[in-house]
Amino acid sequence: MQKLQLLQNQYNPTSDDIFYHIVQAPPDPIFGIANAYKADTSSTKIDLGVGAYRTDEEKPYVFEIIKKLEKEIVNDPTLNKEYLPIEGLADFNKGCQKLMFGQNSPLIASGQIVTAQCLGGTGALRVGFEFVKRHIPGDVYVSKPTWSNHNQVIERAGLNQFEYPYFEPKTKGFNCAGTIECLSQARMGSIVLLHVCAHNPTGVDPTENEWLQIADVCKKRRLVPFFDCAYQGFASGCIEKDVFAVRKFAELGFQMIVAQSFSKNMGLYNERVGAVHIVTSNKDISARVLSNLKIVIRTICSNPPAIGARIAAKILTDEKNFNAWVEELKTVTGRIIKMRTLLKQELDNLKVPGNWDHITRQTGFFTFTGLTPEQCDLLTKQYHVYLLRSGRMSMAGITSKNVRYLAESIKAVVQKK
Amino acid sequence: MQQVNQLNSTQQHIFSHLTQAPPDQIFGIMNAYKADTSDNKIDLGVGAYRTDEEKPYVFDVVKKIEQEIINDNTLNKEYLPIEGLPDFNKGCQMLLFGKDNPLIESGRIVTAQCLGGTGALRVGFDFVKRHLAGDVYVSNPTWSNHNQILDRTGLNQVNYPYYDPNTKGFNCSATLDCLSQAKQGSIVLLHVCAHNPTGVDPTETEWLQIADVCKARNLIPFFDCAYQGFASGCIEKDAFAVRKFAELGFQMIVAYSFSKNMGLYNERVGALHIVTPNKEISAIVLSNLKIVIRTLYSCPPAIGGRIASRILCNEKYFKEWIEELNTVTGRIIRMRTLLKNELDKLNVQGNWDHITRQTGFFTFTGLTPEQCDKLTQEHHIYLLRSGRMSMAGITSKNVSQLAEAIKIVVQNECDILLNN
Repeated sequence: MQKLQLLQNQYNPTSDDIFYHIVQAPPDPIFGIANAYKADTSSTKIDLGVGAYRTDEEKPYVFEIIKKLEKEIVNDPTLNKEYLPIEGLADFNKGCQKLMFGQNSPLIASGQIVTAQCLGGTGALRVGFEFVKRHIPGDVYVSKPTWSNHNQVIERAGLNQFEYPYFEPKTKGFNCAGTIECLSQARMGSIVLLHVCAHNPTGVDPTENEWLQIADVCKKRRLVPFFDCAYQGFASGCIEKDVFAVRKFAELGFQMIVAQSFSKNMGLYNERVGAVHIVTSNKDISARVLSNLKIVIRTICSNPPAIGARIAAKILTDEKNFNAWVEELKTVTGRIIKMRTLLKQELDNLKVPGNWDHITRQTGFFTFTGLTPEQCDLLTKQYHVYLLRSGRMSMAGITSKNVRYLAESIKAVVQKK
Repeated sequence: MQQVNQLNSTQQHIFSHLTQAPPDQIFGIMNAYKADTSDNKIDLGVGAYRTDEEKPYVFDVVKKIEQEIINDNTLNKEYLPIEGLPDFNKGCQMLLFGKDNPLIESGRIVTAQCLGGTGALRVGFDFVKRHLAGDVYVSNPTWSNHNQILDRTGLNQVNYPYYDPNTKGFNCSATLDCLSQAKQGSIVLLHVCAHNPTGVDPTETEWLQIADVCKARNLIPFFDCAYQGFASGCIEKDAFAVRKFAELGFQMIVAYSFSKNMGLYNERVGALHIVTPNKEISAIVLSNLKIVIRTLYSCPPAIGGRIASRILCNEKYFKEWIEELNTVTGRIIRMRTLLKNELDKLNVQGNWDHITRQTGFFTFTGLTPEQCDKLTQEHHIYLLRSGRMSMAGITSKNVSQLAEAIKIVVQNECDILLNN
């Protein structure tokens, strides 16, 4: 038995079956739940798993401005299918810089921001971490908890990871003291992965004051901030306010990395639109950084896909389109915030045991409900409510029609002994 | 000097130790061509198709399908599965392995939609590194990005002597000799057809010999297929090597690109296939392949896969696509003939048979780096310093100019030799 097991896990190059030793990998926790939801035939099923926006009719949503621009692009005879530059569309990159760092950020004019178009947030993270591994390797400090794919991406990039205790279960808030203490013991030159806003999965963000404290410890220990920004617009509802952390750190003179995703805030999910920014000390270093970043990209995908960035560029660089986009975004983020309020009300109406303030206190797509894995399993198996076993619930999947059933189901599992 | 290149984590400028990386060979030449203000410049650098008017080309059937997709209200922007669109993946399998290949029904082909050819190669090699390991044998020469990708995935590479400069052909015996000494379980990177950069492919018999040595040494074939349709002009014939190896029972990997043969370059459309012994192992392989993809970019872009899928799965569109492809590949083949004729007419020194003997986008001209530099600097003709010339950039209008320029740079060499 033991010998067989050894063969199963060890690659035997002389074996006839070259894949024999490979063991089944677990399904992705998030895509896995999406698939389970799809397969469920119940009429009361609710999808609170994947962080994709749904309308109040439980339908996926394509921004009107996007539909309009897509048509423009497809009907534009001056456009063709020639390869984009390795680092992507110049207009798009410039537009991303302005959105993230502020239209008038001196860093843009000074050439201190190296930007490359990437494949959504994941693509930007992987490119960023491959760059880190190759050029500024160090331990990566990751929030506990964090988006499940962060840990995998970092592992595949060959970097060591440590956790900093981000979430405080007792307060269901940000554990500032614990985080600062942990980071103050990090080796110099370590990288810290920080969520810019609407932390995934907890929905809990540092206050402005707490961000300053984090900046302090990063300065002291010469830690390199690596920001992940997938929800600009979804935390406070205001796109400038949401990127306070990045702009503040930039103002404080940090050299840092930012991964930016347009999957959610432009609803461009499957076109894979994102960007990685590397903030350097001056434009000469920027040139050297870019030359190396291009090799990272060239060896992953050569150059990025065109259509998504073309759409995003038209939004970011045209005032009329930009305003139209911000309006639609407000509708989307507004609905999510409304659902938080509705759910809290329903839970209060039903007198569900426990403190549910965090539902409206937390921000963004997700709420860390505080439900245990067993309670989550019950929610799914008995009530056909799909969420992550960590208790992470996607608020974007709640509607005015399903919120009561959801509250009743939560009451049932919480009260069950 | 050492200090500049070594990371010093206590320094204030965390990136100051980085040195300038060389520009990508191929994109570098493209940029140089763009910057050149001469009226007579000719772009024979990057392997992107040009019409006889020197214009980029978007397939009509692609434009038509794009319109359909834009106006299709049943489609949205939801994430694709990690492994991409099922229709697309099935269509890819049929195109490459043959519509009725039993491997498809038996579930022995694991397929994932990838980001063009590069994306498929990177996913494939990341998978190899994680699960198979082993040295990777790469043709000398090969596409420049192959070596880089292998380096970045952390795999060892060894060259096999593919090209014979004396015959300007495939060096079969030396290749077989080299592979017969490879460690068991090594991976062999093989170009399915229209070898890049040489344009020289093994004959069917030579493919069988390669298959033999792979069997004898338990080598794992890793095929790169970026030019199906461009070698012989016939898509079935061009896939011979993959279909033969599949028939011979190989477990293998194939990276596939639609950049050129559907002209979908910037939408990044490709596929990775892994051929396994049975569907149980396929399921296991797929589960691991998904993690490779999930950690690179989560899931692939939709539009390119949707376009390709409609072509591959709809008989009418498929026929239209084949027709257009024939026009494209036909023009390239015609330019080869034209260039050879011009070179013969001008009595240019040397044997130029390889221009028409080699296939696909590229010709390995045999020009030296210095001759290539002269072509570029003195005649504004852009090609790779390896002598690789993209035939897709030649037109009926620029072919005489090209032939004359080649005559001059080759003549100069001869004159210099004669005078010494």
